[in-house]
Amino acid sequence: MKNYETVIGLEVHVELATKTKIFCSCSTAFGGAPNTHTCPVCTGMPGSLPVLNRQVVEYAMAVGLATNCDITRYGKFDRKNYFYPDNPQNYQISQLYLPICRNGHVDIETSAGKKSIGIHEIHMEEDAGKLIHDEWEDCSLVDYNRSGVPLIEIVSEPDMRSADEVIAYLEKLRLIIQYLGASDCKLQEGSMRADVNLSVREVGAEKFGTRTEMKNLNSFKAIARAIEGEKARQIELIEEGKAVIQETRRWDDNKEYSYAMRSKEDAQDYRYFPEPDLVPVVISEEWLEEVRSRQPELRDEKMARYRREYDIPDYDIEILTGSKHMADLFEETIAICGKPKEVSNWLMVETMRLLKEKNQEPEDISFSPEHLAALIGLIGDGKINRTTAKEVFEVIFAEDVDPVAYVEEKGLGMVSDDGALREVVENVIRDNPQSVEDYHAGKKKAIGFLVGQTMKAMHGKADPAKINKLLAELL
Amino acid sequence: MSILSMTAVELSKKIKEKEISVKEAVQASLDQIEAGEKKYNCYVTVDPEGALAQAEAIQKKIDDGELTGPLAGVPMAVKDNICTKGLKTTCSSKILYNFVPPYDAEAADHLKKAGAVILGKTNMDEFAMGSTTETSAFGATKNPWNTEHVPGGSSGGSCSAVAANECFAALGSDTGGSIRQPSSFCGVTGLKPTYGTVSRYGLIAYGSSLDQIGPVAKDVADCAAILDVIAGHDRKDSTSVARETYDFVSALQDDVKGMKIGIPAGYFGEGLDPEVKAAVLAAADVLKAKGAEVEMFDLGLIEYAIPAYYVIASAEASSNLARFDGVKYGYRTEEYEGLHNMYKKTRSEGFGPEVKRRIMLGSFVLSSGYYDAYYLKALRTKALIKQEFDRAFERFDVILAPAAPTTAPKLGESLANPLQMYLGDIYTISVNLAGLPGISVPCGTDAKGLPIGVQMIGNCFEEKKILRAAYSFQKEHPFAACPGAVL
Repeated sequence: MKNYETVIGLEVHVELATKTKIFCSCSTAFGGAPNTHTCPVCTGMPGSLPVLNRQVVEYAMAVGLATNCDITRYGKFDRKNYFYPDNPQNYQISQLYLPICRNGHVDIETSAGKKSIGIHEIHMEEDAGKLIHDEWEDCSLVDYNRSGVPLIEIVSEPDMRSADEVIAYLEKLRLIIQYLGASDCKLQEGSMRADVNLSVREVGAEKFGTRTEMKNLNSFKAIARAIEGEKARQIELIEEGKAVIQETRRWDDNKEYSYAMRSKEDAQDYRYFPEPDLVPVVISEEWLEEVRSRQPELRDEKMARYRREYDIPDYDIEILTGSKHMADLFEETIAICGKPKEVSNWLMVETMRLLKEKNQEPEDISFSPEHLAALIGLIGDGKINRTTAKEVFEVIFAEDVDPVAYVEEKGLGMVSDDGALREVVENVIRDNPQSVEDYHAGKKKAIGFLVGQTMKAMHGKADPAKINKLLAELL
Repeated sequence: MSILSMTAVELSKKIKEKEISVKEAVQASLDQIEAGEKKYNCYVTVDPEGALAQAEAIQKKIDDGELTGPLAGVPMAVKDNICTKGLKTTCSSKILYNFVPPYDAEAADHLKKAGAVILGKTNMDEFAMGSTTETSAFGATKNPWNTEHVPGGSSGGSCSAVAANECFAALGSDTGGSIRQPSSFCGVTGLKPTYGTVSRYGLIAYGSSLDQIGPVAKDVADCAAILDVIAGHDRKDSTSVARETYDFVSALQDDVKGMKIGIPAGYFGEGLDPEVKAAVLAAADVLKAKGAEVEMFDLGLIEYAIPAYYVIASAEASSNLARFDGVKYGYRTEEYEGLHNMYKKTRSEGFGPEVKRRIMLGSFVLSSGYYDAYYLKALRTKALIKQEFDRAFERFDVILAPAAPTTAPKLGESLANPLQMYLGDIYTISVNLAGLPGISVPCGTDAKGLPIGVQMIGNCFEEKKILRAAYSFQKEHPFAACPGAVL
């Protein structure tokens, strides 16, 4: 078999985190009863007109700036005409001729090394509604709650050569967009969707092979599998002397196979033309500067700062900044209690363990920085020991309880009365003469047993350092 | 003076002075509709109960001093492509035969707030596509001056209703002459404002970049009073312009001394009916006699306006009308198999031939491979036409022209040759392409007794100049009541 190279470009749709829709003031919130987040505009009623949501433009600009794009200073919206019931006007308002961002790139790193992936363009558009087939009545119903939810489509250059690079690129985009607060980018929930354009060619060939476009990819794992599957399918065709057909294919992740949806021949003519109901999007120098000045610290900058400011290992920095939510939690907690290393430890060890156990993502962390800081405070003040602290943390993780009140209520605080502790230690020494003898005979390890016995008698609520000190004194 | 022979402004004055009640005015209009509709078919929907109920509420507000404006208590009609909350709005199309909007168009809302009583919805060419009101799915409207003739279109219902005294004034819409041409044919005054002056929110779109709502009334003063009410910046319409002032009534001054009026020589050549030509030039002489400086000049690109217009308007229409698909509202075919078949049958049965012709034309000019050759070229032509007018308005305050090359044709004559019908838009279409304001004012009748209109065109945002010229002209040449209208 010849040596083949895979050429991949992505079209990534991202649902923006605006409170209202792109062309009307309806809510974008998930989960409303069907057709409750609708109005004449997003249901395509006669005579209704779109009005552009300024926040959509600002998010698109922010993503463009963060991905090194040129921002189009005089942009326009265009109508993409096609008939489908989820699309109430039978045209989608999108951007074809003058998209808001062009000519960008993001830098990725894989085991194959560092690479820059080009971004052809980013454009703004509206989402469609949802068709629901009612089996009982044998009819289709439409829910327009999602109709008009703002999207950006990020179109890459065909610069990726492997599934690894695709995943690295998507991870990078996801983090950038999450850091900007422009979207939560959840693949499973559809707030980030990627279509994969893939072709293969012999290594060294100058021309690209015929590409296919794959849809219905709901996770990074599915994307990786789809790339491998499609690559194999195309190579097999070529090896058999058959041609790859330019078409759109639907990936079935259960069967690990893609199915042809429509070929280029039945591709629709969308009859794009400038949207006459909207005025051009003119971005002034001031507006651009305003958005630029509001750009938050992105991940690469944050990692560099952590290295500079905190004495924590690179690996930890990687994990902490690998989720905007986690990094925020880290920074908010140390803003209250300091101790970056200790805060990092709680997030890196206990938090990650519990997330894994519960099969959750860092974005799902629901406890507040105040409560983690308070827990660290209790340890620092010698109010609880580490064993107790871990138990309390599990409750904080699950229910975000206030650790001070919780420790108080459950009586988990360490006994700070030195007189009471001294009495218990004296009793332990008296009741364990063999260990005392061993200790004096030079078996220093015997003290461990005596500490344990004391702790047991104290129901775990004593400070081990104090017990050690008292034992040394009394023995 | 009978109630019905009054202008809107005269009527509202009498109402305020308590000489006439709103109910009396509304009842007089409803009686006139009752009598006239058998002959003219101006309305698609008449709302007697609603109108009488409004009359009562408005009378109370007038008595309480809440409503003081010149439209308070005036019975008006609204073209059937302007959405009215709770009142059927069909665009004279089968596809919207049962559509009841849950909202008011911004312009209709302004009328209601000003205290106008909405009598009903007027007939039109289907989706405003046509120049005769014969493409209506609900039958042609007839010209009250001679019922063998068309009233023009597409706002033919509004214009004939005003002429037939079936309302005191009306709203129309103008995409390529649809207010000015039927105003000319019906002997009424109609104004198309500068694009962006009246909100398009709730106007069911034909050619979005050209559509504009405007008043149709008996005289210039009424048009100004209505424009005062309906104009305004609207955040719901992105193409709405925030203008410095919205006071148009103050332009009603009988003074054209020193006003520079240009007459495009190219408009007076072949194809213009000699009687129309004579009447329009006579109108120019009236203004000249009152002190205006009138001059012929060459306006370029006249011959490109019609093709550019039909490409742009049809392209936009093909997309604007895509939403009428039987899914959400309006007509749906009774029997179908699957989605595609439902779309096809619904739209085949729901749209009339002229609408289909323009959807096909528009779809063609936007299709891949033809876009640059047709649509893009038409947009460039539009920009060049605007430049021609810009140059003209460096020299002139007002451009004077015919509103249409002929008087109203006979029913059935126009649809046989659509291309010939399209050519009839020659004097009005450039004004839409350039976004300018234009007014048509009656200036005489031909030998058959059919009205002729003179059009006055202004630069963008200069409605006041054309209102002043038209008002001054009308002082010398008052509008004539339609002799055929039963009173």
